[in-house]
Amino acid sequence: MADVNRGKRPLSPFMIGPYYRPQLTSITSILTRITGNALIVAALLIVWWLLAAATSAEYFAVADGVLRSWFGKLVLFGSIWAVWYHFLAGLRHLYYDSGRGLDIPTAEKLGWGVIFGSVILTLFTVTIL
Amino acid sequence: MRYLTDRKRADGLGSAKSGTEHFWHMQVSAVALAILIPLFILTFGRILGAPYEDVVAYYSRPFPAIVAGLTLIVGMTHFKNGAQVMIEDYVHGFARKALVVGTVCLSYAVMATGLYALIRLAL
Repeated sequence: MADVNRGKRPLSPFMIGPYYRPQLTSITSILTRITGNALIVAALLIVWWLLAAATSAEYFAVADGVLRSWFGKLVLFGSIWAVWYHFLAGLRHLYYDSGRGLDIPTAEKLGWGVIFGSVILTLFTVTIL
Repeated sequence: MRYLTDRKRADGLGSAKSGTEHFWHMQVSAVALAILIPLFILTFGRILGAPYEDVVAYYSRPFPAIVAGLTLIVGMTHFKNGAQVMIEDYVHGFARKALVVGTVCLSYAVMATGLYALIRLAL
């Protein structure tokens, strides 16, 4: 029968939690998605800041004040880490996509590399800027 | 019952049809961003905190303005495609469609607003 089970096919379940013990590879993978999508907040703030600079000195003072407030600084500091994390995780993804680094010891090493690398790059960025 | 075999109905609907194109665009924009993001962090980070006149003068210069413009175009395209993959993983039915359309609109709106601002700053 060709029409059996149409629309009632099983969906692939969300694995982390009920079926899979959280592990370095899965957590670093989901963090890639979280950091990447969360960066929209920084993008909105920066574009707003640019628009304010293009509009007038008064409007710029408002946007600049928000970005340099404690809340703005918190978001920007978090975004610096998020962008470096996503940057390194993306490079790891490109490496994986070439079919390399997929054995467990290498994958775990790359996971730690992404975590520590993002922290180091964040501290480095905050120091030089 | 329709006179179609399972094979015929499935033909050409495999994930390797348009999905590979989406994947390829993610890879291309990822490579571009690997170059652009460090440049943007350095240029934007250097001027954030400066007075209004300095910011306007800084973004009137070609290098910071072009880096910011390229980062916006490629970054928001990358966001559009990446956020769509996330939505398609977790949301189903009409909500999925609505969220994907909303994400595409937001991405282009951010891109256009940023480019408008950069052009006005440069002119």
